[in-house]
Amino acid sequence: MTNKSLLGVFQEVDEAVAAADSLKEKGIDDFEVLSSTPYPEGVFGEKPSHHKLYVFPFIGALLGFSVAILITAGTQMAYPLVTGGKPLLALPSMFIICYEGTMLGAILFTIIGVVFESRLPRLGKLEPYDTKITEGYIGIGVTVPEDDVDKISNLFKEANATDVHVEAT
Amino acid sequence: MQQRVQKTEREINRDLLRPNLTLQLRFFVVVGVCATIVAMAGGALAYAIIKGVGVYGVNRPVMWGFIIVNFVFWVGISHAGVMLSAILRLAQAEWRRPATRAAEVLTMFALGTAALHPVLHTGRQWRTLYWVFPYDFGRGIWPDIRSPFVWDPSAIFTYLSGTIMFVFILLVPDIAVLRDRTTGIMHKVYTVAALGWRGNSKQWQLQLLAGILLSALILPVFVSVHSIVSWDFAVAIAVEGWHATIFAPYFVIGAVHSGVASVITFLAILRWVFRWEDYIRPTHFDALARLMVIVATGWFYFLVIDFGMGFYTGEPGEIAVRYAQMGEWPGNMLFIIFITTGYFLPIPLWLLKNVRQSPMLMFWSSLFVNIGMWLERYILIIPSLERKQSLTFTWGHYAPSPIEVMLVIGSFALVTLGLVTFCKFFPIIPMYDVKEGKVLEQVIRIGKINVPAVFREE
Repeated sequence: MTNKSLLGVFQEVDEAVAAADSLKEKGIDDFEVLSSTPYPEGVFGEKPSHHKLYVFPFIGALLGFSVAILITAGTQMAYPLVTGGKPLLALPSMFIICYEGTMLGAILFTIIGVVFESRLPRLGKLEPYDTKITEGYIGIGVTVPEDDVDKISNLFKEANATDVHVEAT
Repeated sequence: MQQRVQKTEREINRDLLRPNLTLQLRFFVVVGVCATIVAMAGGALAYAIIKGVGVYGVNRPVMWGFIIVNFVFWVGISHAGVMLSAILRLAQAEWRRPATRAAEVLTMFALGTAALHPVLHTGRQWRTLYWVFPYDFGRGIWPDIRSPFVWDPSAIFTYLSGTIMFVFILLVPDIAVLRDRTTGIMHKVYTVAALGWRGNSKQWQLQLLAGILLSALILPVFVSVHSIVSWDFAVAIAVEGWHATIFAPYFVIGAVHSGVASVITFLAILRWVFRWEDYIRPTHFDALARLMVIVATGWFYFLVIDFGMGFYTGEPGEIAVRYAQMGEWPGNMLFIIFITTGYFLPIPLWLLKNVRQSPMLMFWSSLFVNIGMWLERYILIIPSLERKQSLTFTWGHYAPSPIEVMLVIGSFALVTLGLVTFCKFFPIIPMYDVKEGKVLEQVIRIGKINVPAVFREE
């Protein structure tokens, strides 16, 4: 049996919350909430999401530091040339560049982490989606077997959904 | 805080996307003027490249002129942007919401422009690659990492890259709003730029976390960048007036002073041009002015210490430099303008609530600060080099050449061009941030008045 994705679009937060509650009563707690506003977590009773974003800056920092060490120490060792009477491996100078390299790595990997954990980029057709979401409407998305499509559509309509979209998964 | 107007999300979209979705003649006029000035500056640069840096006004002993003064100025402007945004985000200050992106974008263009200046200054620009980037594996030519002129590019590169990524990742939800409201080629461009953003709970959670994490990561970079710029001067042991241990914090707080002032100027222009009175409110200017009083007084303390300790040494070389900065023409005239516009004029004004809450007066007073802060950099750099130093056998004076003046004017046009173009294609006020503020806000009645109250997640 094939699955279908349904998206109920609601004008009010309370209507979306009611639809989410009805889904839970039917035993469906794996639903997605779409909005153009970052509502506090748990407003719609959705399952808390997990991520590993905090790991990314540390990996980036480590890589950035390693590259910076390579640039500072490696290049000076590769062509030993004393300038200004300073040691070949001048720690204060190396510290500055290593600091910047470390921070750059951490920032870069944080961005990569956000994109990766958000499951972006997704450049094809957005399914299920409604452009009303960015006008302030709330979308409740759920994937169900084809036989349950009418039942869930009715559930959304009873909760006062302005639109219900059905897409093949 | 009583003058808020309640808006729906649709109204917020309509108001804040107006510059992006409508064609306005004034946009083309401003772009045309700025592009012409930038083209003229480009012509001046081409002339300098063909003829060599002899066309600049710099000569022994003043080898750093207008271009380096302008470099320090733009690095300073770039500082408050992300600093302001990051600190306010971390502190969860509610009044940050309309100001953060303007501050970040100002940082982006000011820093990008600043980064051009050392390249303009050096001449033989194509050789800059050798000095900064370790790329020449074939000939084994590497940058001298012991030189501040390698520290500087590494810091600026980190700050600029970090800022661009910071601005972009926090822009994605708003680009998705544009994607849903455009057609044709612009729809395609916004579709790619929005990366397929749908606004589900996890994406929002990561988005908000990214704002906090990146703020925490960029703040130390911000401090390091202007510290390192200050060391361009402070590590030069032979130049009186420069070799001071307080230069790093002095430069950082000076950068914050000029940068926050420039954010105020920018916000006042945005409010006036786009008629965003409901979004950029007098309370925002009031809060920024209070911050400025503290920052400016901190900066003034460092200024007094720098000059006071200079005099206290009693060393003839140091005294001569201070005299050139404050007592000799044109330093005395510039010093009076600098200290008046940079501190003594705006600070008493900002102590008055009527001034703090007047966007027009805040615009002019913040503009004055940056006139003063540009002159501060001139006074810091030029007189110190004009005086005879040990191992230097010539005294000299500096007068900028028309080429340098054109490049400085061009830098202002370039930053303006960048800002105007950004405002045309992207929302300069973060819409989702404003909408979030609306969600978290409730009006409660206390006694006889209704006041806004805000709750906050942990």
